[in-house]
Amino acid sequence: MSSVVRPKPTQPVAISTNNLCRYYRMGEAEIRALDDLSLQIRSGEFIALLGQSGSGKSSLLNLLAGLDRPTSGSVVVQGHDLQNLSRQDLAKYRLKTVGMVFQSFNLIPSMTVAENVELPLRFAEIDRDKRGALCQQALDRVGLGARIRHRPTELSGGEQQRVALARALINQPQILLADEPTGNLDSRTGTEIMNLIRDFNESLGMTVVVVTHERALAERYAKRMILLADGKLLDDQPNIVPSAEMTRGGMR
Amino acid sequence: MKTYDVAELALRNLRESVLRNSLTTIGISVGVASLVAMLALGIGLQKLADRRLEKSGLFDTVIVTSRRELRNFNHEQEGTGPAPAESPSLDETARLSIAQLPNVLEAYPDIRLVTELRFEDKPHLTMIAGLPSSAKNNEAFDGMAGSFFSSPTAPEVILQKSFAEQLLGKSTKDDENIKVSDLAPSLLGKQLLMRYAERTAAADSTGAQNDSGAAYSVISREQILKIVGICDLDPDSLRQQARARVFLPLEFAENLHVLQPSDLRDTSNVLGGKPTYSTVEVRVQSPKYVQAVEDSIKKMGFNTFSIVDATKNLRQFFAVLDLFLGIFGSLALAVASIGIVNTLVMAILERRREIGIMKAIGASDVDVKGLFFAEAGVMGIFGGAVGVALGWTIGRVINLGANVYLKRQHFPPEQIWYVPWWLVAGAIAFAIVVSLISGLYPASRAARLDPVQALRYE
Repeated sequence: MSSVVRPKPTQPVAISTNNLCRYYRMGEAEIRALDDLSLQIRSGEFIALLGQSGSGKSSLLNLLAGLDRPTSGSVVVQGHDLQNLSRQDLAKYRLKTVGMVFQSFNLIPSMTVAENVELPLRFAEIDRDKRGALCQQALDRVGLGARIRHRPTELSGGEQQRVALARALINQPQILLADEPTGNLDSRTGTEIMNLIRDFNESLGMTVVVVTHERALAERYAKRMILLADGKLLDDQPNIVPSAEMTRGGMR
Repeated sequence: MKTYDVAELALRNLRESVLRNSLTTIGISVGVASLVAMLALGIGLQKLADRRLEKSGLFDTVIVTSRRELRNFNHEQEGTGPAPAESPSLDETARLSIAQLPNVLEAYPDIRLVTELRFEDKPHLTMIAGLPSSAKNNEAFDGMAGSFFSSPTAPEVILQKSFAEQLLGKSTKDDENIKVSDLAPSLLGKQLLMRYAERTAAADSTGAQNDSGAAYSVISREQILKIVGICDLDPDSLRQQARARVFLPLEFAENLHVLQPSDLRDTSNVLGGKPTYSTVEVRVQSPKYVQAVEDSIKKMGFNTFSIVDATKNLRQFFAVLDLFLGIFGSLALAVASIGIVNTLVMAILERRREIGIMKAIGASDVDVKGLFFAEAGVMGIFGGAVGVALGWTIGRVINLGANVYLKRQHFPPEQIWYVPWWLVAGAIAFAIVVSLISGLYPASRAARLDPVQALRYE
């Protein structure tokens, strides 16, 4: 029996973009990174954003993350138009509503694993005595509970990305945005990371948007694949996702 | 972010580039040290001047004369107050009521006489004056050979150096560098014979004592006095030409009942009766009360004289001096503040990516700004504290050097250096404020950094 997973119409819309445009100026030339993009992402979806480099997938992710503002159009997340948020509120949105992981991990090298994971708790003004337990919990979840005193440079790439995932998880956001999370990892480690992300999606109910250019990886994990080219939506289709057991069993 | 988190992160960031931040902090320290050193010197000099003036007895003294005394210091006062003939006598009652005025330490009669002193059978004519016990602290006695009077009633004298030279037949013109210690061996403990005119009550026809001002007897007397001290400076310099060169204990001088010029004048005084003083000297608690005391005494109907205005000018001078020293001291701090700006701008360039990461995971502009602000503040606190310590040390060294010099010049040691607690607190606060102002621009620049751009930065 085929298991086509369509976005359940019963689930509320978590993210919607409406005629979203993001143009950059490069001297005289205008680069249209995103051109009139409209899409809806329902709560609990696992989405792969595919496309060649320069197709606009990272620009879209930055707009969804509230790191950048659109040239025109809007991004509405959980009913809030990001355009209407002040810089301060946008920072709060990045802190509480979305978690981000990057291709290059983006850990602060001078801080230990625990301090890196703790940083969003500091920004969220969580009491000092509660932070230790929260960090430990998040690091246990990514399987790094024993390495909290290490510096990022003492860890492998996969381990660093796990720390980044724990950091993205720490304030319990509903949305996880991942920009090429396996781009700097070998395929085995990449699979481990993607398994973790799927775990977040399934057991925590997080909405996940993963930017990747590896079609195979997208097909293996995502429930819906969105293909971008030249800043426009080229294809948007549900994916037949192999069962979790098969991938966890080490299928390559 | 909470304050302690900001402080903690700021400290760890400062530790990350410890050399550069230490150098910047040293820059602030040097600035604060120069400010503290300059101001402490200014304050120290002012205190030194105040102390000297206080000890000189010039600025806290009011000289009171009767308006009946027409040969007087202040002729301009003749036009004000009661007519001389109607003004009160400067007698014991008047002296006591002056002594009762607020902020008056003591009021004592000025007893002085021009008389003959015999030393080794050679006569010398000079002005003699009585000195109260309180004059012991006068700076004129700082370099004195011998000692001050053993008691207020002892038949002892202190000689001014020029008179001591005269007694020994030496002159300053022969040798400019005669020291009191050279004169002391041949004079201390020796005796002087003083001739003076005593006023005694005249016996009237019934043989009873009569103390009426119009009738008294004058008897020529002699008194042997012991030389106990020779002073280098001039304790009576305020008197100018009338200054005395030989001093007796005041109480002893009073008990001699020496005929005073005012006695002769009062012979024709209809109010006459009790003996009066030609001058009463009033010592006031501090120079700032002199004007008020003078006004009160004038209201009582006497003439007064002081040189209080000179201290006002002196204070103005020191205020200007402190201002200039402060400005020069602050220059180094201004240079140091540019160092802070430079260090923090460099830190932004270096930590651009880190700032991008922090913003991506939820740091607000305020958080980032606060962090850089705190780093500037921490450098200010450390720089200020180290600077105060450094400035204090520099001051101690200057003080030490100055005292070595003073000692070579045969002067007593002096504290030309003074660091009050408010200067310590003020200098640290100033360093923090300057650092925070310097941190304003870098902090807002860091806060405005575009996270997408910053994350792209390698």
